[in-house]
Amino acid sequence: MSFSRRNLLQGVAGLVVAFALHEQAQGSPARLAADSVDGYLAIAPDGSVTVYAGKVDLGTGARAALRQIVAEELDIAPDAIGLVEGDTGLTPDQGSTGGSTGITVGAAQIRLAAATARAALLDLAAQRFGVPVPQLSISGPAIRTQGNRSIGFGELIGGQTFGLPVDKSAPVKNPANYAIVGKSLPRPDLPAKLTGRHIYVQDHRVAGMVHARVIRPPSIGARLLDVDAASIAAVPNARIVRLKDFIAVVAPREWDAVRAMRALNVHWSDTATLDGSGALYDTIRHTPVLREEVLRVTQDPAPLASDGLRLLQAAYHWPIQSHASMGPSCAVADIRDDGGTVWTASQNTHRSRQTFARLLGLDPARLRLVYMDGSGSYGSNGNDDAAFEAALLSREIGAPVRVQWMRADEHGWDPKGPPQLLDMRGAIDANGDIAMWETTAMLPANTSRTGPPLLGAIAAGLDTGEGMSSGLTSLNADPPYDLPHMRATISWLKATPLRTSNLRAPGKVGNVFAVESFFDELAAAAAADPLEYRLRRLSDPRGREVLNRTAERMSWVPHTKSPDHSAAMLRGRGIAYAHYKQSETYVGMGMEVEIERASGKIRVTRVVCAHDCGMMINPDAVRAQVEGSILQTISRTLFEEVTFDHAGVTSTDWGTYPILTFPDVPRLDIVLIDRRLERPWGVGEAATAPVAAALGNAVFDATGVRLRQAPFTSARVKAALVTAS
Amino acid sequence: MSRLTLRVNGEDRVIDLGDPDTPLLYVLRDDLQLHGPKFGCGLGQCGACMVIVNGAAVRSCVVPAAAMAGKEITTLEGLGSPERPHPVQAAFIAEAAAQCGYCTNGMIMASTALLQRNPHPQEQEVRDELAANLCRCGSHVRVLAAVMRAAREG
Repeated sequence: MSFSRRNLLQGVAGLVVAFALHEQAQGSPARLAADSVDGYLAIAPDGSVTVYAGKVDLGTGARAALRQIVAEELDIAPDAIGLVEGDTGLTPDQGSTGGSTGITVGAAQIRLAAATARAALLDLAAQRFGVPVPQLSISGPAIRTQGNRSIGFGELIGGQTFGLPVDKSAPVKNPANYAIVGKSLPRPDLPAKLTGRHIYVQDHRVAGMVHARVIRPPSIGARLLDVDAASIAAVPNARIVRLKDFIAVVAPREWDAVRAMRALNVHWSDTATLDGSGALYDTIRHTPVLREEVLRVTQDPAPLASDGLRLLQAAYHWPIQSHASMGPSCAVADIRDDGGTVWTASQNTHRSRQTFARLLGLDPARLRLVYMDGSGSYGSNGNDDAAFEAALLSREIGAPVRVQWMRADEHGWDPKGPPQLLDMRGAIDANGDIAMWETTAMLPANTSRTGPPLLGAIAAGLDTGEGMSSGLTSLNADPPYDLPHMRATISWLKATPLRTSNLRAPGKVGNVFAVESFFDELAAAAAADPLEYRLRRLSDPRGREVLNRTAERMSWVPHTKSPDHSAAMLRGRGIAYAHYKQSETYVGMGMEVEIERASGKIRVTRVVCAHDCGMMINPDAVRAQVEGSILQTISRTLFEEVTFDHAGVTSTDWGTYPILTFPDVPRLDIVLIDRRLERPWGVGEAATAPVAAALGNAVFDATGVRLRQAPFTSARVKAALVTAS
Repeated sequence: MSRLTLRVNGEDRVIDLGDPDTPLLYVLRDDLQLHGPKFGCGLGQCGACMVIVNGAAVRSCVVPAAAMAGKEITTLEGLGSPERPHPVQAAFIAEAAAQCGYCTNGMIMASTALLQRNPHPQEQEVRDELAANLCRCGSHVRVLAAVMRAAREG
């Protein structure tokens, strides 16, 4: 085995970073290569290990989990591992942090890099001591012989690169012997976050920086006709930066930038062309279809004319929703001459580096995007937009610029989770079995490969590319059951009213709402127990187990008589199931609800969830993600709907776009199924998928009324109850 | 430009105030480099910017800094440090009661103020107290557990 000795590093871990930067500046890709050990790991002369991850921790606990995985393979202490995330100058491109791929893809690559490094370190030590590898062991950052001679990682290779490709067949530790993976180690970032010491991107400041606020038009796509510069004359040192229809104010003091934004008098053209959110589902039905895709088909649905078949059909509606991050998007950029740095909470720093460089006419090698923690994002919120706006402004004025979106920017202009409309058809035979199932899902087409077009680039007249982006929205539009006559079709729509992006579990939340609610409709039509009806058609043992464990924890028993739907306070329970992407995490979800008949107000009193993601790297981090998935999706199901008029979004603050609050938070009863010998699947999205259906099924159980349109607002529920009675 | 003296985390701090209407949040974050309080909405709706003023939790994005002269202002940094966290901070750390952590400043400040005047609240009282503190990641059950733990272990 030969090691590259030319890349001599110096000193401690901090200097490793400096060296890597130097390499990057010289265009050497060695340290950034996604297929080389050196891309992911560096060992300093003092033996300390630094991990370079392209995927980032968004408050998910990945920062703890990744260290555990590396520590396990290298037999070192997890808290001694340095970690650099999402820095295009230092970390390999592992793709966007999204789609529940942080652990399944990102950490899996790093685990192999660590295993390759381990084998290389053992080989080096074997040569050094003249003993065979099996007689060596690792303890701490050192390798020992049976005779108790020992040599540290630092002495073996510290300061040098491995010069090795990641070996896909590197010997990895047997999960049965894990000592670190599988433990709920604390998240390393929390003490600083909870005492005000953690530096979020919103807190980042660089010397000579000015503060910017971007002025949004009163209607989407409006042209900037005229700007009255004198209108901000009273604000000290404020100035206007304009590129075509992109206009911003900058000032040395942040509050002055806010004042200038408010004072600036801009005249815009009127481009109010939208149909408004009140007509959303009509708009969808009248939108041309780009193409039809058969997602999955078993046998073509049986002819419906057959004797004894009862046909059911229903349409399910999922509204446009906002990421609604607590902190509006923010970024700092320092672009000089032909390159520079952007500090951003983007989930896609590598992708955005390419896009930004193209739009700004820069060499990507001279542009660096550095990930910093921001307010939680659940897909592409406004972070990439704010980052590009900061870069554009910095290039224009030749100084570092901080762009901070205001609340109305975030709610009004973040790329939205797309609307979904699903037509469901099913038939029950004389035995009460499902004879036929058809899903037709109408979804905005994913026609962009580079994410949502950037707001600032559109306004500045730059070629930001065509197309829409919203993630893998078609998955789970087919039922997760063994149905002989089943077809799920996607009608990919050519257009959608607002700019879209991937919002947590893209498409799956609305699809499973439709599929698992409609399955309940068929169960009710067959006068079957919803749990038994599911199990009848579910053969996957892991799927059966999450459903059974959920039911068990709920003390589920079939109704022996019809529930009373006449009380002033109605109570019920519902169940739903999802196998995320039909291939990943299994989730059973049970809900207990109360509905106040007079007001239509729904209160979820208890949630039971059985969750099987295979191996859990850090069970408490898994639990936190499941909790968050459930609560955020209850919020989306009960309260959240982006409203818009002919000009643009009208739900631009927390009053017009309410979310779940503490008084409405239910008790959570979560069962994490531990399968440490199975491969780990993602946990940030799966538990969102069955929430809306379980909730709607519980409301049906309580009231006899089927809710087919989210959100289940009090007004909507009250109206449905009145209609039903 | 006018001089303003604020008492923040037990120290007198002198600020050159630009606009007399500058909200306290901007002074804390930009002039005093205190990053505990966060900008969330600027509308007093979400609570991310909360600080404690004379014992009460206040939304610093909607109070003018100039009106805070002579009052005791405490920020998240002033409660405790990673090495010596305040009991409420310690309880939040023990319960891992944050995901992104952006809203958590407000959760800690509001519940600290609550526990000062009501050291042993019922969980429902905590829920009511935090009704206008928004969290998007869904850390609510852990926040409730943390406040109840702080009340127990105070």
